[in-house]
Amino acid sequence: MTPLNPSVAVANDKTQKRFVLILSAGLCLSLIIAATIGAVSIPVADLVVWSLSDLQENVLSNIRAPRLVLAALVGAALSISGAALQGLFRNALADPGLIGVSSGAHLSVALVIVFAGSIGGILGLYALSLAAFLGSLLACFVIFQFARMSGTLSVTFMLLTGVAINALAMAGVGFLSFISNDQQLRAISLWSMGSVGGALWPSVLVCGSVVVPAVIFLLRNASAMNILLLGEEEAQYLGVDSNRVKRNVIICTALCVGASVALTGLIGFVGLVVPHLVRLVIGPDHRWLIPASALLGGILLTIADTIARTLVAPTEMPVGILTSLIGGPFFLWLLMRQFTGRFGL
Amino acid sequence: MIDISHLSLTQQGNSILSDISTQIPTGRITAILGPNGAGKSSLLKCLTGATKNYTGNIRYDGRDLRSYKLADLAKKRAVLSQHLNVGFPFSVSEIVLMGRNPFSKTGSDREDAHIVDQVLALVDARHLKNRLFPSLSGGEQQRVQLARILAQLWQQTGACLFLDEPTSALDLKHQFAVLSLIQKLSFDQSFTIICVLHDLNMAKIFCDHAILLKGGGLHAVGEAKQIINPETINDVYQVSMAEVSDGSSGQKHLIYQLPIARRSIS
Repeated sequence: MTPLNPSVAVANDKTQKRFVLILSAGLCLSLIIAATIGAVSIPVADLVVWSLSDLQENVLSNIRAPRLVLAALVGAALSISGAALQGLFRNALADPGLIGVSSGAHLSVALVIVFAGSIGGILGLYALSLAAFLGSLLACFVIFQFARMSGTLSVTFMLLTGVAINALAMAGVGFLSFISNDQQLRAISLWSMGSVGGALWPSVLVCGSVVVPAVIFLLRNASAMNILLLGEEEAQYLGVDSNRVKRNVIICTALCVGASVALTGLIGFVGLVVPHLVRLVIGPDHRWLIPASALLGGILLTIADTIARTLVAPTEMPVGILTSLIGGPFFLWLLMRQFTGRFGL
Repeated sequence: MIDISHLSLTQQGNSILSDISTQIPTGRITAILGPNGAGKSSLLKCLTGATKNYTGNIRYDGRDLRSYKLADLAKKRAVLSQHLNVGFPFSVSEIVLMGRNPFSKTGSDREDAHIVDQVLALVDARHLKNRLFPSLSGGEQQRVQLARILAQLWQQTGACLFLDEPTSALDLKHQFAVLSLIQKLSFDQSFTIICVLHDLNMAKIFCDHAILLKGGGLHAVGEAKQIINPETINDVYQVSMAEVSDGSSGQKHLIYQLPIARRSIS
C-alpha cells in the first residue's frame, strides 16, 4: 500500500481495518523471518514444522525469541507514545524525546554508571534499567508539577518545560561524561545509542506488562484524543474532561518510554516517523492510528534490529544508530514537504 | 430559562464584565451585541460554562451552572466558537461525527452516519462530506462546524445553542440560510439560542431578544426590534444611524448616516 497524498486521502472504515489487518500479518511475517536469520541459521521450513536441533531450539527460545519480542514491544511502545504526544501537542513533529522523558533517563543512567559502577549481584544486573525507568518518571513528574502550577495543565507550558529539562539533563550528562574515566564514557555513550541485544525473558515480561496495558488504555482514550484536536475548549463543550485526557496520555507515554528506554537505551526517530507513515495512509483518527502505529513500530524495529545484528556480524551495531540513519533523512523529507505546502496540516 | 444574577468577571486585574443581571428567554433567539472589547465573547464563555472564575450566579432552569457535570452539560447545550483550527487533517464527516461524542455510549454507528448526512444537508454542505476539513474555505469550515454542533443536539428539544459570530465567514446567501435555520430550530425544537452578532440589521430581522453590552456592563436589554434603534446604537458604537422602513414588509432597517462635517471650526 503506497502512502497517499494527504491532501486528497480520505480514509474510510474499510481502508483503516484493512491496513491494520495487513500490518498484523506483516508483524507475524517479519517476526518469523527475523527468527530464521542469524549466526545459527534456522530454515523457515524447519521452524514452521518445529523440527529443530537442540542447538537451534536453544538459540531460538533463549536468545532470539526474547530479543525479537522485545524489539517489537519497544517499537510499539515508542510509536504509540509518539502518536499520542503528537496528538496532545497538536504538533506533527513532536516525539517522545520532546517532553524530556528520555533525557531524564539518560541523566540517571549516567549517574549510575559514573558513581555506582561497582554495584554487584542482582541489583547490578538491573541497576541501569531501574535507573533509566526512575529517571524518566522523575522527569515526567517534574514537567507535570510545573504544568500544574500554570493552572490549566497548559500544553505549551509542558512543551517548554520539556525543552528546559532536556537542556538541563544533557548538561548533566555532559558534565558526567567529562569527569568519567574511559570505560565509563564508553558505557554512557553505548547506552545512548540504544540496543535490543542481550534481552532476557524477564525484561521482556516487564516491558510487555507496561506496553500492553498502555496500548489498551490509550485506545480507550482515543475518541477523546480526537476531540481534543478540536481544541481544549471545544472538547469541554463536547463533554470531554481535557485535563484528565492530557494526564492519562502523559502518564501512559512516560511509562512506555520509560520502560523502553530502561531496557534498550535511546532509540531515536521510531516514535516520530511511524505515526506519520500511518497517518499518511489512514488519516489522523486515533482509534486506528494507535493500533496501527503499534504494529508498524513493531515491524520496523524488528527489521532494523535484524539488520543491526547481521550487517556487521559477528559484532553488532547499536540499532539506535540505524533508526536515526533512516529516520534523519525521512524527517528532512517531511520538513521539505511541509515547506512546499503539500503537507496536509 | 437562563438566569444571570450579578455576574462579574475579572481577569488579570482587569474588569471584563461587571454586575450583569438579566434573564434569557427560553425558546427564543437572543442577540448579544456591542462594540469590540465590550465583553460579548466573555459573557458567552461564562454562560457556556467554559469560564468558571466569575462571581455571581448563572442558573439553567433554576440549577447552578457550576453544579452540572461536563458530560451532562454536553447533552444540553452546544457551542460554536469563533476561531477553530483543527490540528490534523480529519475529514468533514469525522469532524461532524465528533459532535455525537456525548451520546457515544448509547448511539449506534449506523444512526450516527445518518445524523451526519442530515446535519450536513441542513447547512448545505453534504457535497463536502468526503473532503478534508483543512482544505475547505473559511465559510465552508464554519458551516461544517455548525453541522457538528447540530449533530450534538440532534432531535433534542429545549436545548441551548450558543453561537459566537456564526455568520462571520459566510457569504450573503449562507448568512440568510444559517440564520433561517437557527430560527427554525427555535420554532420547531424550542431551542434557546444565544448568538453574538455584528450585523445589526440581521439581528433586527432574526432575533427576538437583544442584550447590548458596553464596557463590560449591560447597556440595554429587551425586544431586539425595539432596542436596536438609532439612539442606543449611537450611545454604544458612536456611529450615527437612521431607521428606514422597507416599503413592502414594513421591516425597519438601520442605515448609516455619513459623517457630514458637523464640527464647528473654532
